[in-house]
Amino acid sequence: MNIWEIIIITVIKIGAILTIMLLTVSYLVYFERRISAWIQSRLGPNRVGWEGILQPFADVFKLLLKEDISPVAANKFIHGLAPFIAVFVAFSTYAVIPIGPDVTIFGYSIQLVVADVNIGVLYVLALTSLGVYGLTFAGWSSGSKYSLLGGIRSSAQMISYEVSMGFSVGGVLLMAGSLSPIAIVEAQYGWMWNAIVQPIGFITFTVAAFAETNRLPFDLPEAEPELVGGYHTEYSSMKFAGFFLAEYANMIIAAGMIVTLYLGGWQVPYIDKLGLGEIVTALMQVGSFFVKMGAILFFFIWVRWSIPRFRYDQLMNLGWKVMFPLSLINIVWVAALIMIFNL
Amino acid sequence: MNLELIIFIVLALTGAISAVGMITRPNPVISALFLIFNFFALAGLYLLLNAQFISIVQIIVYAGAIMVLFLFVIMLLRTGEEPKLFSEKKHIKYFAIVIAVLVFVQLGYLIFYEAPSEYISQRVQQSMEAGTIENIGQQLYTTYMIPFEAAGFLLLAATIGALVLAKKNFE
Amino acid sequence: MPINSSEYLQILPFLILGLGIVISTLFEMYYKNSENFLPWFSAILFLVTGAIALTGLHDQTVLFGGMLAAGGKSAIFHFIFNLGAAIVVMSSVNYLNKYGANFGEYYILLQSSVLGMMMMSAARDIFMIFMGLELMSICFYVLAGINRKKASANEASMKYFLLGAFATGFIVYGIALIYGSAQTTSIDAIVNNFSALTDNVIFIVGFAILLIGFSFKIAAFPFHMWVPDVYQGSATTVTGLMSTTGKAAAFSVLIAIMTAIFSENIPNTFVDYFAALATLSMLFGSIVAIAQDNLKRMLAYSSISHAGYMLIGLSAGNESSVAGIIFYLAAYAFMNLGAFAVISVIEGENDSNTELNAYAGLNSKSPVMAFFMALFMFALAGIPPMAGFFGKYYVFIAAIEADLTWLAVVGVFSSAISVYFYLRVVVYMYFKESEYDFIIQKNNSGMFAVMVSGLLVLVFGILPDTLLTQILSVINY
Repeated sequence: MNIWEIIIITVIKIGAILTIMLLTVSYLVYFERRISAWIQSRLGPNRVGWEGILQPFADVFKLLLKEDISPVAANKFIHGLAPFIAVFVAFSTYAVIPIGPDVTIFGYSIQLVVADVNIGVLYVLALTSLGVYGLTFAGWSSGSKYSLLGGIRSSAQMISYEVSMGFSVGGVLLMAGSLSPIAIVEAQYGWMWNAIVQPIGFITFTVAAFAETNRLPFDLPEAEPELVGGYHTEYSSMKFAGFFLAEYANMIIAAGMIVTLYLGGWQVPYIDKLGLGEIVTALMQVGSFFVKMGAILFFFIWVRWSIPRFRYDQLMNLGWKVMFPLSLINIVWVAALIMIFNL
Repeated sequence: MNLELIIFIVLALTGAISAVGMITRPNPVISALFLIFNFFALAGLYLLLNAQFISIVQIIVYAGAIMVLFLFVIMLLRTGEEPKLFSEKKHIKYFAIVIAVLVFVQLGYLIFYEAPSEYISQRVQQSMEAGTIENIGQQLYTTYMIPFEAAGFLLLAATIGALVLAKKNFE
Repeated sequence: MPINSSEYLQILPFLILGLGIVISTLFEMYYKNSENFLPWFSAILFLVTGAIALTGLHDQTVLFGGMLAAGGKSAIFHFIFNLGAAIVVMSSVNYLNKYGANFGEYYILLQSSVLGMMMMSAARDIFMIFMGLELMSICFYVLAGINRKKASANEASMKYFLLGAFATGFIVYGIALIYGSAQTTSIDAIVNNFSALTDNVIFIVGFAILLIGFSFKIAAFPFHMWVPDVYQGSATTVTGLMSTTGKAAAFSVLIAIMTAIFSENIPNTFVDYFAALATLSMLFGSIVAIAQDNLKRMLAYSSISHAGYMLIGLSAGNESSVAGIIFYLAAYAFMNLGAFAVISVIEGENDSNTELNAYAGLNSKSPVMAFFMALFMFALAGIPPMAGFFGKYYVFIAAIEADLTWLAVVGVFSSAISVYFYLRVVVYMYFKESEYDFIIQKNNSGMFAVMVSGLLVLVFGILPDTLLTQILSVINY
């Protein structure tokens, strides 16, 4: 493969991932509304198209047509920049999450990941930690107290939960002996899923993922009853849509990371023993990745509509006094497993 | 001009411009934003030098954690008084200029007279391997085991110190 | 290179102190009245660590691929640090209670700072020096401001932190240049190639910057700005710790990195630097101290001049001068700690009774305190047969051996000046009427600390040879 072929293949991959992401985000919003309606015995959006299936497009058009307001007290430049930071960070994270094994298409062997970086997990952690800037800058630049409080809350919350997130990932890295997401997926062959081997790490990572994506029960940066809309109080039109997009994209990434790190990624246990063809196997594996991701996303929505919001001190206590020690215990547990069973 | 040089120039320019922007903006939040850009440019330069670990840690630790805390503090403080500092105390400015000139002279000397690339280039392979995460891990747990453990105590002491200074129940 | 786990046995003092820190932290977390228990635990911990360090005195090795040294000079330094810290702990309990700042964390930070000093003195690699230095300094920054209610303590802490961070910046910059030119951080490698390396301008610049950074830490003259305010504002016991063991730790590093000059026949490149620093520090400290009415501030300036005397040893740069410096550091540690312990006992609330006036007629209020204070003042002034005299004596002799007679003369001159302000305290205590009444609170542990340091000062003064022969026996390795 020469350099141009590599570039073209990468561009195609990026395009495919972006399309999938955008579609998933819009339908995630739709599903969230339908599922929440179902949980609360309501109907939810069911008018635009069959069972409301075109609702996301209607929403996007509505947001596009709204007037873009930036407040007088706002710092215009940063006010405009903040949603872009949020969206940029959310989308670029997806580059390292593998959605399937290597496949051969038209004679090219293609990895089903945009970039196979050998420090992929660190890359995800780095970008997640940057995601906070979108929220913080949005909160500060709006020139509103509610926004500022939301922004400050988000920065403290992100930093606190990043710690336990990083330490939970430590257990996964110990098992795989690599930072490459592909190697981590491959290390979970069969039923050696990390969720089964290290359940504590799975729980701490999932909780941290909720906090990092600002989802209920940890959505304090936007806490409607206290802060109006939190960091995006002063945003409207497409800038607001940017935050909306980033939030759901972050959810998808979190789900993708949970699947990759703990649920065996695209692995279907012992599928290679069935003797199916290469294409069928690959399709089933890619399908399994999306099924797992869908399950996690459903779990995200389910939790949001079932558990009330934490108070801020409870959030901090949970982060530092429960999740952080638990993630340390997880590392010791994994290290002990490795030592005893020579994994 | 190969790709690497082009990327280097872009990153170096970004770094330099954002550094100047960082020290010239009167608004501390904007300064912080420029500093974050600077960290990114620096991380990119590290990546060009094949030091992936340093590069990513630069982003995680500096851009992702330290600067967030900085912003946290800056946003909570009223920083209206800041711009006066340099206009009122001229000698600080002169001192800063002197220091900057000294550092520049020294860097210039290093680059043009010491020619570090001459003996570094012989060890390209070695330095390529040095930056990988495997190598850093190996070194950290063998040769630099003791400093690593010492760093643990350092962080413990710093944490306890911060807690003491922030202690609530001071009778 | 892989680490042989048996090497851990040879750094037993580190392990014990480290374990002590962890245990203390756990105690502080889970036990409500930890501040009543931790002082005694720390005192015993320090004594045990110091004693174990001494047992390895003649067992000199370099461990962990050239990271740490065990035994020898470092063992003596470890002993000084730990004994000094034990004395500080004893005098701290009641002192901190006066301010309501008797936190368990105080003792954990004390232990950590001593661990840092021990790392500094045992380091054979610049990395370790830096780690130890930072561990010590960070603990000191916090300890200086442990009494958060007092404005001057906050000021002291902040000043110390900012200037200390500045000095650390210098040191790191110097280390970077040294690493860039020598391409190693191992002190042994640098020392062995010292004469070749000094041809390199970058190395010289880096080394000079490193020396400037450490001149801050030992409080030598042009880099002394932080000393008076910090020493006066900090908690008295903490001042005692940082003016003695902290200074000793910084000197141990200077001795280690200057070994090349001491052990081989290489011209002492930095003799002028050290001689100038020594002269200025001695004279400045002694002259300015005369004008001080606050005892803590006076001792701060005296600490600058003592740094000057010790620097004479560095500029002399031979084996006997190194032995002299170590002896001086030991002697200075206990006489200064003793003096600060007395101040901490006398000191009342809100910094009261640290003025010289409060010491007028002390003999009638507390004869024991007055006696020991007089003892420490005589020792600091360098009057035989106290330990301070022999410290200065050995250093001056070494200077004369190295053809630096003028420096020794300046030193003697400066000592003569310093006699004035040290003896003024004695005169106030014995020959002046008490100006105002105050009650010295009963303070048994503080009294004990004073007595132990007094005893040590006397022992070192009367039998200086016992210590000096031990130092000389381990000085070359």
